[in-house]
Amino acid sequence: MSLEIIGVSVLWTFLFGYVILGSIDFGAGFFNAYSIISGKQHIVSKIIQRYLSPVWEVTNVFFVFFFVGIVGFFPKTAFYFGTILLVPGSLAIILMAIRGSYYAFETYGTRGHKGYAFMYGIAGLLVPASLSVVLAITEGGFVSIVDGQPVLDYWALFTSPLSWSIVVLAIAAVLYISAVFLTWYAHKAGDIGATKLMRKYALVWAIPLIVAAGGIIFELSSHNPAHFERILDLWWMFALSAILWAATVWLLWKQKNYGMAVWLLVGQFALAFYAYGISHYPYLLYPHLTIQDGFTNEAMAISLIVVFILGFILLVPSIYLLVRLFLFDKDYVKGQNKKKE
Amino acid sequence: MLFDDPVFASRLLTLLTLSFHIIYATIGVGVPIFIMIAHWMGIKKNDYHYILMAKRWARGFLVTVAVGVVTGTIIGLQLSLLWPNFMELAGNIIALPLFMEVFAFFFEAIFLGIYSYTWGRFAPRKHFLLLIPVVIGAGFSAVFITIVNAFMNAPQGFDLINGQLVNANPLLAMFTAAMPTKVSHVLATAYMTAAFMLAAIAAYKLIKGSNHVYHKKALHMTMKVGLVFAIATAVIGDFSGKYLAEYQPEKLAAAEWHFETEGSAPLVLYGLLDEDKEVKYAIKVPFALSILAHGNPTAEVIGLDQFPEEETPPLIIHYFFDAMVTIGMFMILLALIYWLGTRLSWTFVKTNWFRWLIVLGGPLSFLAIQAGWWMTEVGRQPWILRGIMTVDEAATSSDHVGLMFILFATLYLILGVGTVVVLRRIFKNNPVDLELERYEAKLGGEEK
Repeated sequence: MSLEIIGVSVLWTFLFGYVILGSIDFGAGFFNAYSIISGKQHIVSKIIQRYLSPVWEVTNVFFVFFFVGIVGFFPKTAFYFGTILLVPGSLAIILMAIRGSYYAFETYGTRGHKGYAFMYGIAGLLVPASLSVVLAITEGGFVSIVDGQPVLDYWALFTSPLSWSIVVLAIAAVLYISAVFLTWYAHKAGDIGATKLMRKYALVWAIPLIVAAGGIIFELSSHNPAHFERILDLWWMFALSAILWAATVWLLWKQKNYGMAVWLLVGQFALAFYAYGISHYPYLLYPHLTIQDGFTNEAMAISLIVVFILGFILLVPSIYLLVRLFLFDKDYVKGQNKKKE
Repeated sequence: MLFDDPVFASRLLTLLTLSFHIIYATIGVGVPIFIMIAHWMGIKKNDYHYILMAKRWARGFLVTVAVGVVTGTIIGLQLSLLWPNFMELAGNIIALPLFMEVFAFFFEAIFLGIYSYTWGRFAPRKHFLLLIPVVIGAGFSAVFITIVNAFMNAPQGFDLINGQLVNANPLLAMFTAAMPTKVSHVLATAYMTAAFMLAAIAAYKLIKGSNHVYHKKALHMTMKVGLVFAIATAVIGDFSGKYLAEYQPEKLAAAEWHFETEGSAPLVLYGLLDEDKEVKYAIKVPFALSILAHGNPTAEVIGLDQFPEEETPPLIIHYFFDAMVTIGMFMILLALIYWLGTRLSWTFVKTNWFRWLIVLGGPLSFLAIQAGWWMTEVGRQPWILRGIMTVDEAATSSDHVGLMFILFATLYLILGVGTVVVLRRIFKNNPVDLELERYEAKLGGEEK
C-alpha cells in the first residue's frame, strides 16, 4: 500500500469516527430541544447529560484530528479548501462554538435557559448540514481557478440538487444514528419512556435516510459520471450496507437486541462511508486535486504515520477506560453513583 | 474600509482569535498542576480543605477548558482559512507537532473528563492518578504548539529550490534554535499566571470578609508556587534575549528601540519616539541591553540600521516588551514580599491593601501574557515564516474576511461574558463554607 493511501485511510477513519460520534451528539441536542418544546424534556435531557457531557470533547477532537491531519498529509488541501471554505467553514465553526459553549455553560453550570437549548439543538442540525456541503464541493463543478486562485461559485452550489441531497442525507443520518444509539442507551438505563420515544424517532428517520442516499447516487450519475461509474463498480459494498440498514430497522421494529442494532448501524455506515471514499479515489477535489498531487513529502508522511501509531497505542486504552466508565458501567448509566469516599 | 484588504483583515482576525484563545489556553496549561498539587497535599496532610480546593478548581477548570476547546478548534481551522498559502507550505514541514498536539490534548481531555465525573467512584489515591495524564497532556500540548511558533521564527529542516520545498526533515524542523527558550518560557508563564490567578481569587475572598482558613491555605500555596515560576520565567526571559540577539536581532532591536549597532548598549525602558526616531523621556539602564543580549556589558548589539526598512518590525513592540517585563518584575517582587512576610510575620501582608495588590496581580499576569505574544508575533512582521514567506504572500485572497471578523468578535464577546457569568454562578451557589458543612455533616452521619 502506498503512503498516500495509508494517509487518506487514516484521515477517512478519523472522519468516520467523527460522523458516528458527532451524529449521536448532534442528534441528541436536537431531540433535547424538540422534547423541550413538546414537553417531554425529562426523558431525554437526563440521558444527554449523563452520556454527552463527559465525552463531547473527545468527539470534537476527532474532527480536529481530521482537519489537522489533512493539512499534514495533503498540504495542498490547505490552499484549495482553505481559500474556498472561508465563509462556509467560518459559519460551521461558529455553530460548533455555540454547541461547545452549551456544554461549557449549561451542563457544568446551573441548568438551563430554554432559548439556549433551542439554539444548541438547531446548531446540531446546521453543523452537519454546513460541513456536508464540503462533500458536494469535492464532487467538482463548483470551483474554478481564477488568476491561480480557487473561487467558489456559491450560486451553483446553492441551486444544485446534489448539494441539497447531501445536506438532507447528512441531517437524516444524524437523526437516525442518534436515535438508534439513544434507544439502546435509554434501554440500558431502564428508562422505558425514553426507549419508546427514541425507537419511534429511529424508525421515522430510517426512511428519509435511505431515500436521500439513493438520491445522491442518482444525482451523481449526471453531475459526476466518472464518480458514478466507480460507485457502480463497488455496488456490493453499498448493497451490503443496505442489508445492514434493513436488519437494524427490523431489530428496532421487533423491539429486541438494541445493542446489536447499534453495531449493525455502525457496520452499515462504515460500509457506505468507505465505499464512497474508495469510489472518490483518486480525487480530493474533482478535477483539480488528486491525492497524488496533493501529497506531502515522504519524510513527513512517514513521521505522521509513526506518530499516529504511537498516539493510537496511547489513546485506545484511554478511550476504552472512558467508554467503560460512562457507557458500559451499569450503575453510571442508570444514574446511581457508587460511593467509595 | 479598513477591512477591504484581506491581508490586514486576516491579521486582525488572527490577532483577535489568538488574544482570546490565549486566556483559555494559559488557564488550560497552568491550572492542572495546581489541581494536582492541591489533591496531593490533601492526601498527604489528610486535610479535606485541599481536596475541596482540587475539586472546586477542577469544576471551574472544566468550564474554561470547554471554552478553550471551542476557541482552539477555531484557531486550528482559521490557520487554513486565513493563511492557506502558509499552511500549504508549512503543512509540508511542520504538520508533525500540530498533529502531536491534537494527541496530547486528546489525552488530556479524556482524563479530565474521567477525573471530573468520577468524584466518589474511586479511592482518593487512585483518583489522584488520573491527574497525571491531565498535567502531562496539558503541558505537552503547549510544548507542541509552541514548537510550531518557534519554527515560524527560526525555520529550518528543509531547502527551498525554485519555491519548492525539498529535503524536508520534520524532526529538525521541530528542534529549532527558538524552540528551547520559547517552549520553556510559555510553560513557566502559564504556571505562573495560573498561580497568580488562583491567588487573586483567594485574596479577593479574604478581602470580602471570608476569613476561612481554606482561602488562606489556597493563597499561601499558590503564591509560593507562583514565586518559583515567576523567577523561572525571568531567568528564561534572559535566555530568550540571548536567543533573539543571536537569531532574530531585528526583533530585539525593535523591541529595544536600538537603532545603531553599538557596544555597551543601554536598555531603554518606556519613553516616547519623536518623528526623527529620537527616544525621549525613557529610562536608560546602562550596559543592560548588552548584558541581556550577550551576557557581557560591553558586547556589541546589532541595531535596526542593519536591516532594510521593509524588514523592520513595527516599533510599537517596545511597549509590549516593557509591559511584559514590568509586570513580570512586579509579580516577582510581590510574591517575594508575600513569602518573606509570612515567614517573618510581617503583618502588612495580611492587610487589605496588600491583598488588593495580589488581586490585581491576576489580571496583570494575563496582560503580561498578551503583551508577550503581541511582542513576538508583531515583532516577526513582515514575516509569517521568517525570511521565507511574508504575511502578504500567505493570506487568503477571499474578500469576506472583514465580515467574518465581526461574526467572530460577537462570538468571543458572548463566550467571554458567558464564562464569567457561569463561573460566578457555579461558585456563588456553592460557597466553600456550605460545601465544608455538608462534608462535615456527612462525616458525622457516617460515624454514628
